[in-house]
Amino acid sequence: MKLREIAHSRTGDKGNTSNISVIAYDPADYPLLEKQVTAERVKDFFSEIVEGEVVRYALPNIGALNFVLYRALGGGVTRTLALDIHGKSLSSAILEMEIPGR
Amino acid sequence: MKTIRIGSGAGYSGDRIEPAVELAEKGGIRYLVFECLAERTIAIAQQAKMRDPGAGYDALLAARMEACLPVCRRNSVKIITNMGAANPAAGAEKVGEIAKRMGIKGFKIAAVTGDDVLGIVRQGDYRIEETGEKSSALKDRMVSANAYLGAEPIVEALQNGADVVITGRVADPALFIAPAIHEFGWDMNDWNLLGQATVMGHLLECAGQVTGGYFADPGYKDVPDPARLGFPIAEVRADGSFVVTKVPEAGGMVTLATCKEQLLYEIHDPSSYITPDVVADFTGVRMTEVGKDRVQVTGGKGKPRTDMLKVSIGYVDSYIGEGQISYGGPGAVARGKLALEIVRERLRLTGVQFDEIRYDLIGVNSLHRDRISAGHDPYEVRVRVAGRTKTMAEAVRIGNEVETLYTNGPAGGAGAWKVAREVVAMVSTLVPRTLVKPSIHYEVIG
Repeated sequence: MKLREIAHSRTGDKGNTSNISVIAYDPADYPLLEKQVTAERVKDFFSEIVEGEVVRYALPNIGALNFVLYRALGGGVTRTLALDIHGKSLSSAILEMEIPGR
Repeated sequence: MKTIRIGSGAGYSGDRIEPAVELAEKGGIRYLVFECLAERTIAIAQQAKMRDPGAGYDALLAARMEACLPVCRRNSVKIITNMGAANPAAGAEKVGEIAKRMGIKGFKIAAVTGDDVLGIVRQGDYRIEETGEKSSALKDRMVSANAYLGAEPIVEALQNGADVVITGRVADPALFIAPAIHEFGWDMNDWNLLGQATVMGHLLECAGQVTGGYFADPGYKDVPDPARLGFPIAEVRADGSFVVTKVPEAGGMVTLATCKEQLLYEIHDPSSYITPDVVADFTGVRMTEVGKDRVQVTGGKGKPRTDMLKVSIGYVDSYIGEGQISYGGPGAVARGKLALEIVRERLRLTGVQFDEIRYDLIGVNSLHRDRISAGHDPYEVRVRVAGRTKTMAEAVRIGNEVETLYTNGPAGGAGAWKVAREVVAMVSTLVPRTLVKPSIHYEVIG
C-alpha cells in the first residue's frame, strides 16, 4: 500500500535543509512506520532531489517520524532555481512511497 | 487558575488580515501576535531603508494596523509584531501616526532595536554555517546581518506598559512566549517552563498552519469551511500547559493531526530546538483532544540557552532569469520536451553564460523530478527554464530564449512569461550574545 493510507505529512525548510514529518493517523500504525520508513529508504526515494544525508528522528509520543534532508533544496528558498522554492510539495511525494500492508 | 489567551494574527508578511480582526473581536484574547518576517524579508527591507531612511518596515504594517487597532483598543488587546523588519523605529512612528489619525489616546508603542549587527559582522570575521567560509568573503555584497533576539526586550516593553511592541528580527516563538513570561512572572532561567512555552510559540507562529491551513487533502484530510480559515488561540496556564483552539464560528479546525504536523514543521532534532531563550526539547510533548477544536499540549522541556546568537546575513548572490510557456492537447508532453531541447541548444549557440540551469516540464517533473513522477502523462504541460547568472543582462537572455518559442518553437506554444531578478540570498552565522545589545524606544500618543 501507499504510505498515504496510514500516514500524513508536512514539509518545512531551513536554508538548504528540508524536513519532512511522517505521522501515523492511528498510533497503532506507528511501529509499522518506524520499521518500514527508514532514513535509507527516504534517501533512496528522493535520490534525484537530496544531495546530502538523511537523518531520522523518532517521536513515539505522537506517533511520528521526522526526516531531515540535507542539501535538498537547490541552495535554499532564497537562491534555488526550483519552482517549489521551499520544497513544500515533498510531503506529498513521500506519501507515494510503497510499504508492505498491515 | 489564571489563563491568558494569545492569538496569532499572521503567519507571514502577506497573510490574510480578516482572521486577525476576527480574533480581536471574538477570540477573548489579551495579546495578538503578528509574525511577518521571513528569512529574506529583512534583507530586502534593509535595501529599501538604504534608499529611504523612513522605509524598511513591513509593507502591510499600515493595512494591518488600520484594520486591527480600533478593535484591539476596544477589547484591550495588546499587539506584538516583528513588522518593524529593518526599521522598527520608523514602523513605530507609522503606528503612532495611524493611532493619532484614529483619535486613539493614551497609547504607548515600543520599538525594539539592536538586532541589526551588520557593523559587528563587518568588523569581525565569522564562520558562515552553510559554506564554512569566513563572512569577510562576502565583502561589499553583504546587505544585512540581523541577530535573532529573544523574549527579554519584549517582556520589558510590556512591563513598561506598551500597547504595541514592534520589533525587527526576533526568534518567532519569542514573540509568543514574551506575553506569557510577562503575565505569569516566569523565571527566565526556568528552562523546562521556557521549553514548554516554546512549544506554544512554535505551534502558533505560522497562524493558519495549525488550524487547518497547509493541511487539506480531500478524502484523507478534510477541512471544514477552509475559505474562512480562522487563526489559532493559545490558552496558557501558569504551569506552561496550554490549549490550542480557535474562534468557534471561524473556518478550519484544531485537531491532533493539525497540531502534530505543526509541531514538527521546520524542526530538525526535536530534542534540541535552539532559540535565543532556551534549547527546547519536543520529544516528551503530549497532545490530548479535550473538546471540539481544543487540543491540550504538555510535556515540552528545555535546556539552558546558548551563549551564541544566530545571525542571518543577507547578501547579493546572483541573478536568476526564467521563462515559461505552455503546450496543450495531443502530444503536449512531446512538444514540451522538444521546446526544452530547443532552448538548451539556443542558449549554447548564442553563448548565454550561466552558472547553473534547470529545465522543467510543469505538470510532469518540475516538483519531484523524473523518478518519483514517472507514469503520469498530463493533458497540458508548461515548459520552464531557470538559470543562475552573474549579471542581470545574461539573466534576461534566458527568459528571452523561452519567449521566442512562440514563433521559433514547437506548435501551439501558449502564454509565455519571463522574468529576470537579482537574488538576495541568506546565510547564517553565530555571534556571541554579549555583543548584541537590544534597546527599546517608546512612542507615546498623549
